[in-house]
Amino acid sequence: MYVAVKGGEAAIENAHRLLAHVRRGDLGVIDLSVAQIGEQLALLVARVMTEGSCYDPELAALAIKQARGDVVEAVFLVRACRTTLQRFGYAEPFDTGAMRAKRRVSAIFKDVPGGQVLGPTFDYTHRLLDFTLAAGLPPPPPAEAAARPDETVPRVMPLLGEEALIEPNPPERPGATVPDLTREPVAFPAERALRLQALARGDEGFVLAIGYSTQRGFGRTHPFAGEIRYGDVMLEFMPEELGFLVPLGRMSLTECEMVNQFAGGGRAPQFTRGYGLAFGQSERKAMAMALVDRSLRAAEFGEETGAPAQDGEFVLSHCDSLQATGFVEHLKLPHYVDFQAELGLLRKLRAESADASEGKDVGEMS
Amino acid sequence: MTGAIGYNFAYLDEQTKRMIRRAILKAIAIPGYQVPFASREMPMPYGWGTGGVQVTAAVLGPRDVLKVIDQGADDTTNAVSIRAFFRNTAGIATTTRTSEATVIQTRHRIPEGRLHEGQILVFQVPIPEPLRFLEPRETETRRLHALAEYGLMQVKLYEDISRHGHIATTYAYPVAVEGRYVMDPSPTPKFDNPKMDNSPALQLFGAGRERRIYAVPPYTNVRSLDFEDHPFRAQEFAEPCALCGAIGVYLDEVVMDDRGRRMFVCSDTDHCETRRAAGHRGGAFGL
Repeated sequence: MYVAVKGGEAAIENAHRLLAHVRRGDLGVIDLSVAQIGEQLALLVARVMTEGSCYDPELAALAIKQARGDVVEAVFLVRACRTTLQRFGYAEPFDTGAMRAKRRVSAIFKDVPGGQVLGPTFDYTHRLLDFTLAAGLPPPPPAEAAARPDETVPRVMPLLGEEALIEPNPPERPGATVPDLTREPVAFPAERALRLQALARGDEGFVLAIGYSTQRGFGRTHPFAGEIRYGDVMLEFMPEELGFLVPLGRMSLTECEMVNQFAGGGRAPQFTRGYGLAFGQSERKAMAMALVDRSLRAAEFGEETGAPAQDGEFVLSHCDSLQATGFVEHLKLPHYVDFQAELGLLRKLRAESADASEGKDVGEMS
Repeated sequence: MTGAIGYNFAYLDEQTKRMIRRAILKAIAIPGYQVPFASREMPMPYGWGTGGVQVTAAVLGPRDVLKVIDQGADDTTNAVSIRAFFRNTAGIATTTRTSEATVIQTRHRIPEGRLHEGQILVFQVPIPEPLRFLEPRETETRRLHALAEYGLMQVKLYEDISRHGHIATTYAYPVAVEGRYVMDPSPTPKFDNPKMDNSPALQLFGAGRERRIYAVPPYTNVRSLDFEDHPFRAQEFAEPCALCGAIGVYLDEVVMDDRGRRMFVCSDTDHCETRRAAGHRGGAFGL
């Protein structure tokens, strides 16, 4: 109860102390370490980094611990930390084709150069609860093959590009400024680079639902998963004062390239593209993002628009979980001044309505 | 899979199977009509064949022999997974031979060889509603089916012809069943549509996420929608299978390297293996 909100300082402090206590839970149960979260809840860490727009597995794991496992709250913590970080420049673009792929699958060809690499995946598991896990038994060791150091697998999309069966990627624009939605307000219609940024940090559930809606007919795009790859890339940076590339470290990424139905419009018809990229192993997010990216390009291809997934302003304005949760949850704040005004008006309207009906009854009786 | 211990034959409980069998019987009685059913959560994700798996679970008996294909092949990952699921939960015999199977669950293909009486072909269906991409609302599409009001679909096909010169639907090509219901054949290439017509086998379609079951009984008329001046035509391939030399079959394009070399081989792996066992050879053997 927050009756008498004024003077609630002590109440708030006590609430936060209680939260910290409840977060820890039963002291008889061993404390969860940040390292355990990083190792054993890796997919959650990937999601928090992706939506937090900050690649730092340790920070994300800490945020998850502090947030009691609430994804949006953890993303909030990471974003709030990110915003304090100094921006010292832009990394060099990296080539995901040079990725050391831990997993790479393509749904459009039975086999592709480099092969289908399943890697660690839930796909094809039967979702039966594994009670040996509850008992804490160690899993059997993974199957091993001879090491293939630094072997990269060629990307699938260029196979379609050879015959010009798919639209070319937009040309490189060296030196061009990259728009940054964290530094400038977004104006609509937003260009594709901005849309991709917004989708990349957008809430996974929202992007998933919007992507799903296109599969069910609200803005259809006929997608095929051209390629999904997950692995590590090297990030490099060129400090102006040095004039040569400095490696910043390895980063784990999931990339999805969707192949969608043709665009013609006077030219020879070609498949079109949708693109998704997320930190860590985040396949659902990368795939959903690629679906939505393509559907947001509807106007570019002269397609019918009108479905939610084709409306850039609708999607971009609502995909951010922090904005959404902030505004939804702000309804918990005191609103009694406005509410008082509404109360006053409603009482007045009801009184007038009662007067009028009384008058009417009198009229009927006469 | 040790988890199968403690589950009923073919995973689903008998009450659920009875509910699904009732839906199947109704579907058989009204060919091409989408029967709503209380689809269950299954231990594999929606979109991966939960509808087909539920139909298969409801029709399987202990003496059945099951074949599972995906893209025409028995060795594709999802087919392997579903076959293992039924081997573990039902303990039944499985096969890759089309002719030996009593129940064939499929995703995206119909086997090349003609099926025989007594066989059941179970299709996995993502979007059972053929009108879905013309009208997203279920309330509307059900009314259109009730009134047999299929003008929208004819207009869509006509617009394809006026825009591209062809009907630009290559898979999930709509069919009319026994002159009444327009039906989605599931995303099989339209190459397979003629095999649905007058088939001796029972064809069952399960859509788990969308909660629909529909059916084409044996020896039922299935006609691909078209126009008198633009008759339906299945895909044709310019070359025979590189492994078995088959013509008039659906082929997969296999990428050989990243320099543009391609090979075309049978999508139906059992058909290809059977032909090779009988001595047929394709171009890949230097013939």
